[in-house]
Amino acid sequence: METLNLILQLAWTFFLVGAFTFGGGYAMLSLIQNEVVVTHAWISESAFTDIVAISQMTPGPIGINAATYVGYSVLYEATGLHWMGVVGSAAATLALVLPSFLLVLLIVRFYTRFRGNRLFDGTMDWLRPTVVGLIGAAAVLLVVRTTWACCVPELSAAGGFRACMPEFSIVRDNFPDWKSWCLLGGAFAASYWGKVNPILVILAGALLGLLLY
Amino acid sequence: MKKVSLWQIFTVFAKIGAFTIGGGYAMIPIIQREMSRRGWISDDELPDIVALSQSAPGVMAVNISIFAGYRLRGIPGSIAATLGSVTPSFLIILAIAMFFSAFRDNPWVERAFKGIRPVVVSLILVPMINMARKSCTTWWKWALAIASLVLVAFLNVSPIYILLVVLVAGFSVTYFSKGWKR
Repeated sequence: METLNLILQLAWTFFLVGAFTFGGGYAMLSLIQNEVVVTHAWISESAFTDIVAISQMTPGPIGINAATYVGYSVLYEATGLHWMGVVGSAAATLALVLPSFLLVLLIVRFYTRFRGNRLFDGTMDWLRPTVVGLIGAAAVLLVVRTTWACCVPELSAAGGFRACMPEFSIVRDNFPDWKSWCLLGGAFAASYWGKVNPILVILAGALLGLLLY
Repeated sequence: MKKVSLWQIFTVFAKIGAFTIGGGYAMIPIIQREMSRRGWISDDELPDIVALSQSAPGVMAVNISIFAGYRLRGIPGSIAATLGSVTPSFLIILAIAMFFSAFRDNPWVERAFKGIRPVVVSLILVPMINMARKSCTTWWKWALAIASLVLVAFLNVSPIYILLVVLVAGFSVTYFSKGWKR
């Protein structure tokens, strides 16, 4: 009974996370952390840090990875049974997906119905270039992070106007040295001019990573 | 177009899910490759899928699967695509949680990922360039693309606000210039 209660609580928590996360995997991780570590105290801070690291290191969407891992850990900790852990991870993952499933279904039906409508197509003419920019930004954010000192109160108080200049820093996790830039260039050439299958490019990247580092 | 089987949808999305490394945008090149090669979607449809999937909450990679699955086979298609894109993560994470808790400190994994991470950036750029060629047909569309890139990448604005503003602006401008006509 207590176990069933825990599963339901877990599912409800991840349902809420799924319904209220906008803005990608990292926004979702902080929401999950708040619920699972702070509110319910199901998992310790350090165990959660491990989960985040593993979710990033394994293939698949980060949010799904984290939900699966957290669901397993919570139920395994509570019962000591592996199969209960599997039930927990299935509950967390499905609950996470459910709200967006319903919403996206509404959106796609709307899309299917109104494609070809002038007003709809006119609006999409605006959204498509915006998406191009968003995808470009996703790529840029994997390379460079920008911080604005004026958003940090201590810094802006000390430096006045000059503190309000942006500061750019290379994301060292992704680009530790010159070899990573060569990999970037090589992958671009292979995939843009060579039209090589992206899956092969990823596998080649993994292999070169093993050889070079 | 020939009717696509649900099993085929499941396996293609499992392949896509298994190689989505580094966030939802990383699946775009693989989706483009796997789906347009099979004639499942036209290139024009991909930016629409991305735009509309992002305007719903949740995991973007999964939202894209739900959307694309529905376009192929309705609700059963979207269920097959969702289960497909989630299954590889689910199995890999379970295996790690149960058997390989030392995975995190495995130096081989860390080295392989050092090679993968920079490669993913290029893989995201290529479909972006192709989409830009298709959708940025006038100067103001280029301006829109560049403005949203700068806002998100350098001014740390959340993409959802940009999509909302553009949605309202695009709708209003079209409404007042063309009216509600089929």
